[in-house]
Amino acid sequence: MNAQEIHAKLKAQFGDAVGELTEAKIDPFVMVKSDKIVEICRFAKDEAGLDFNYCEDVTGIDWPTRNVIEVVYHLFSLKHRHQFVLKVEAARSQPSVPSVQGVWKAANWLEREVYDMLGVSFVGHPDMRRILLPDDWVGHPLRKDYQEAGGYHGVTNTRPDPLVKLGQKVEEERKAIAAAAPPPVAAPATATATNVAPAPASVPATAPATATNIAPAPTSVPAPAPVPATAPAPDKKESPNG
Amino acid sequence: MAETVERRILGRMSPSDEEIVINFGPQHPSTHGVIDFVTQTNGEIIRRSVPDIGYLHRGMEKIGETVGYPGFMPFTDRIDYLAAMFANEGYAMAVERLLKIDVPPRAKYLRAIAGELCRISNHWVAVGTMASDIGASTPLTHALREREAINDLLEELCGARLTFNYARIGGVSFDAPEGWGEKILNYLEHLESYIQEYDRLISLNQIYVKRLANVAVISPDQAIAYGLCGPNLRGSGISWDARRDLAYGAYPDFTFDVPVGQGKMGAVGDCWDRYAVRVLEMRESAKIIIQALAKLPEGEIMAKVARKPKPEPGEAIGRVESARGTMCYYVVSDGSEKAYRVRVRTGSFMAMGIIEEMSQGLMIADLIALIASLDVVAPEIDR
Repeated sequence: MNAQEIHAKLKAQFGDAVGELTEAKIDPFVMVKSDKIVEICRFAKDEAGLDFNYCEDVTGIDWPTRNVIEVVYHLFSLKHRHQFVLKVEAARSQPSVPSVQGVWKAANWLEREVYDMLGVSFVGHPDMRRILLPDDWVGHPLRKDYQEAGGYHGVTNTRPDPLVKLGQKVEEERKAIAAAAPPPVAAPATATATNVAPAPASVPATAPATATNIAPAPTSVPAPAPVPATAPAPDKKESPNG
Repeated sequence: MAETVERRILGRMSPSDEEIVINFGPQHPSTHGVIDFVTQTNGEIIRRSVPDIGYLHRGMEKIGETVGYPGFMPFTDRIDYLAAMFANEGYAMAVERLLKIDVPPRAKYLRAIAGELCRISNHWVAVGTMASDIGASTPLTHALREREAINDLLEELCGARLTFNYARIGGVSFDAPEGWGEKILNYLEHLESYIQEYDRLISLNQIYVKRLANVAVISPDQAIAYGLCGPNLRGSGISWDARRDLAYGAYPDFTFDVPVGQGKMGAVGDCWDRYAVRVLEMRESAKIIIQALAKLPEGEIMAKVARKPKPEPGEAIGRVESARGTMCYYVVSDGSEKAYRVRVRTGSFMAMGIIEEMSQGLMIADLIALIASLDVVAPEIDR
C-alpha cells in the first residue's frame, strides 16, 4: 500500500483524530492526536492489509518556534514492505504522550531514549528511566535550548586553549634567547638572525624587510630585547612553523 | 544518590540470601565494549539481567545538528567502527533523498563493493570474537588474519583501515585504484577455503555446537516485536534483507541468497543459528562483489552537489542493510546549511533491548553466548 491508501484507511477508522497527509515533499507523514496514538498504533498493527508489525523507530524533534515537541513513529510492515510515519505533538513545557510499548516491545527502549534526550514522558511506560545519560544528569540534550552544565561531578567539559599556552612558552623562550645574547653592538647579525620575521614590525617603515638589510636596523632600535614583546601576533604564527 | 546502581536498575535488591547481584562490565572482555549488565542471579541461573548502556554516548545526533551536511560524514564512521561503510552510506542516502540527487551508477557499484567487503570483514570479527567469548581463543586469530587482507584492500581504496569516510553526499570520494579488482578477486578465490577451514575449526566443533544450540532461542514473533534486524532477525528464520527487499543502490542488479536460520543444530533462532547466518552471509557478499566487479560501469563517481548543500525543508529516511541490521538515518531539514535533526537508528540498540527478556532463566555462561550471538558494538548502541 502506498501512503495515501494507508492514510485513507486510518482516516476512515479514526476520523478527526488523524490529520491530513503532508504533501509528499520527500517522505510524507501524518499528524495524529496524542490521546489516540495507542489505539491508532494497535489498529495499524492488527488490521489486515496494514500489518505494521515492526516498529522501526520512535524518536522526537524539538520545535521551540512552535512550542511543541514532536514524537515520530516510523512503522514498517515486514509482510507488505510498506512504511508509514506518524507524528504526535506534545506541549514543550510538560511533554507527555501515551506509551505504545504495549503494542510493540521495541518501543520500550526507544521511548526511554526519547525521554532521555528530549524529556517527553511516556504515560504507561513501565520503566521510564534515562537510558544513555546518568540518572542525575540535568537537562535533555536534544532540546534546541539545551545548555551544557559546564561539567559533571567535578569533571569539566572545558579546558584551556593549548595554543595560548604554546604562545606563552614560545615568548618566554624568545625572551631567554634575547637576554642571553651578547650586547647588540658587538654582534648584531647573530642576535637578529633568530628575529628575522618580527624585526620589520618594530623597525621604521623606511627599512626594507629583507635579511640583508637588517644589519643597520639595531642602530635605530635601542635593543633587540623588546622586539618580540612589541610584536606578539606574528610571533605566535611564525614560531611553530620555524 | 543514596541508591546503589543495582537498586536503581533492578528496582529492588534480592529478597533472599540465595540471590546476588553481579555486574558484567563495564570493563569485561565478553561485553563487546563498555556496557554493564546488571545481573541478578540465583546460583548459576540468571533471574534477570538488565543492560546499563550509555558509557560510550558521544552525542552523535546533537553533533549532526551542529556541523553541516557534508561535515557529519566522518562522524558517522565513529557510530559503527567495525562496519563504517554502511554508516557512511546510510547518511549519504538520507541526505541524497533530501537533496533529490541521483547517484551515478559507478558510485553505487563502488559503494556496494566496498560495503560488501566491509560486511565480510565485520562478520570475520563477529564470528571470531564469538568463538573467543565462548572460550576458544584460536579462531579469533584466524578471523583477524582474514580481516587484515580486507583492511588492506579498503585502505588501498580510501586510505583508511577502519574509519573509512568513503561515501560522499552524491557519490564516493575515490575511484577504484588500478588493479584493485584483481586483488579482490584474488582474495575472494581463497575466501571459500578460509570459510571451510573456519567451519572445520569451530563452526561444527562439537563443544562449540553444544554451547550454542538451543541456547537463548528467540522466536520469530519475539524478534519482530523487539525490532531486531539484520542477522539477528534472519537467525530467527525471517527472510528479510533490506538489500533485496528495499532494493536500494546497485543491489537490484545482483542475484544473491538471503540465508536464514534453519535450526540445523537445535531450534530455529538459537545462538548457533545467528552465528551460522553470519558465516553464510560472507559467501553471499563474495557473490555480490564478483558480480559487481564484472558489471562495474564506467563514468563519474560524484553527482553535482553544492559545497554547502541546502535542502528544502522536509524530512527523509535512508535505510541500508548494515552488518548489524537495517541502519536507518532520519534527517530533518529546515532549509539551512545544517540538519535540523539527525536520528540514527541502529541494529545494536534494538538488539540490546531484548536481553532483559531473553536472559531470564539462562545460565551465566549462556548470557555470554547470547550477547556474542547478537553481535552488538558498544559505540553503535550509545552513539
